[in-house]
Amino acid sequence: MDSLYTLLVEPLTYDFMQRALLVSLLIGVVCSVFSCFLVLKGWSLMGDAISHAILPGLAAAFVFGIPLLLGALIAALICAFLTGFLKDHSRVKEDAVMGIVFSGMFALGLVMLTKIETDVHLLHILFGNVLGISRTDLVQTAVIASICTIIMVIKRRDLMLFCFDPVHAGVIGLPVALLSFGLLVLLAMTIVAALKAAGIILVIAMLIAPGAIGFLSARSFDGMMMIAVMASVVSCIAGTIISFHIDAATAPLIVVIQAALFMIALAFGKRIKQHDDQAIATG
Amino acid sequence: MTGQDVIKITDLSVTYSNGHCALDGVNITLHTGTICGLVGVNGAGKSTLFKSIMGFVKPSQGSVKIHGDIAQKALKKNRVAYVPQTEEVDWNFPVLVKDVVMMGRYGHMGFMRIASKADHVAVENALERVGMRAYENRQIGELSGGQKKRVFVARALAQGGDIILLDEPFTGVDIKTEDSLIALFHDLANEGRLILVSTHNLGSVPHFCDEVILINKTVQAYGPVETTFTQENLAKTFGGMLRHHRLIGDDLHDDEDPRGLTVLTDDERPLVLYGEEGGEQIRKLNKKGRKRTT
Repeated sequence: MDSLYTLLVEPLTYDFMQRALLVSLLIGVVCSVFSCFLVLKGWSLMGDAISHAILPGLAAAFVFGIPLLLGALIAALICAFLTGFLKDHSRVKEDAVMGIVFSGMFALGLVMLTKIETDVHLLHILFGNVLGISRTDLVQTAVIASICTIIMVIKRRDLMLFCFDPVHAGVIGLPVALLSFGLLVLLAMTIVAALKAAGIILVIAMLIAPGAIGFLSARSFDGMMMIAVMASVVSCIAGTIISFHIDAATAPLIVVIQAALFMIALAFGKRIKQHDDQAIATG
Repeated sequence: MTGQDVIKITDLSVTYSNGHCALDGVNITLHTGTICGLVGVNGAGKSTLFKSIMGFVKPSQGSVKIHGDIAQKALKKNRVAYVPQTEEVDWNFPVLVKDVVMMGRYGHMGFMRIASKADHVAVENALERVGMRAYENRQIGELSGGQKKRVFVARALAQGGDIILLDEPFTGVDIKTEDSLIALFHDLANEGRLILVSTHNLGSVPHFCDEVILINKTVQAYGPVETTFTQENLAKTFGGMLRHHRLIGDDLHDDEDPRGLTVLTDDERPLVLYGEEGGEQIRKLNKKGRKRTT
């Protein structure tokens, strides 16, 4: 019993560990819910791009003293629309356009941050600092993450239909353009919520891995979402506690555990790759 | 037997923002109780006409009226259902057969899309109607080609409108499945629906369509298949885009019979016309002759 106490309870006797666990659970849930839509819509690269592209928005927010969320939202939307516009008006393919836009914006953000005096360390923006979360950070994260999670859970059927069959969504009168825009805004908000804890580089793993694990393990959408959230919560708790004992960086450890869970899902998932002959045999 | 007018397209022109004119001066009135084929080459405006009926593109001129409403308003009333091409659907998507059919009911549900008793009944009836009730808990990737198509037809039925748009319904299904789907479409049309089928599979048009629209930017010909689907109209619509094989009397017979055989095809089932030059008729090939040569 003693060893179990040391393992699980002792870390939580520290204030900073309590906050770390709470914040990683909050972003674990919001990221895993979002990851279902990201994986199904095929927007993983888009998520990667936007998480990088918000950096100049954050830098500008420091300069002008506006809320980080607003700066990040504007940068995310610029990235998305610039990508769409350049794709439509040039012969370059979408992935190349996206690559140039997001890495260009990311680099611009780096340049800006090296020139600006801020109270936030660049490394913390990039990789997060879950153990250094303040009470204000925690409240801010909790508010943004809760709003996003609630919206996505309530509107999950519309968003799922938008991912699955946007034409049908349009035919039955759903506002498809609004759903697409909404998903983009939710993505930017989720990244901002996860910023302090996971950082903009690692957040992308938390935005993809749980959904991929759910995708491999479930046959229905609600099942996929539940598995994604569970996988994410388990890795957040395990990652936070283990990082305390082995004195390792918390957010990267969470991501490593998620990657390991993904490999397990890949090996034992219910849904093996479907072959054409299998479909014919059952038909 | 033509039913009531459901879609009335008046002087419809669509020009995209890049200046491309996709449709020019289209006038058609479509009725319930018919299966209508929409035939034309790629880029002839088939999909633009579909999008106009679904209210996705704004007419630059003219109008599309569905039961007297403009398209966008008709959508809110769940009048129009769309059955996508098999290739457009992600079959690995984690949804069950009954989930897909339930999507047809979303337009009838409230803000959170919580299914009522009536929604569940509609889904069960639709699945029963297409003979897929036994498969309701399958993941959609676990179905055969014909079953996949039936699930999406069931979704259209659950939605409850009387207009069903089908995009290339027979790609990737074998002839036996095609025949059973055609029988299903006939039943659905006879119950008072309009089934509009976009296809470039010329040979199958005489087999299942009552009416046909030949389109090339504008309507080249529209009417019953027997009188409209002629070599002359097809030549007008397709220009030089079709493979055209004509086997004349000498190749076919040893006698003086002057009749010849014309095979028109783009890439799928060929259209076969037989008779004297200029007076050739559509031959509905018997089942034995319908082996697909791929």
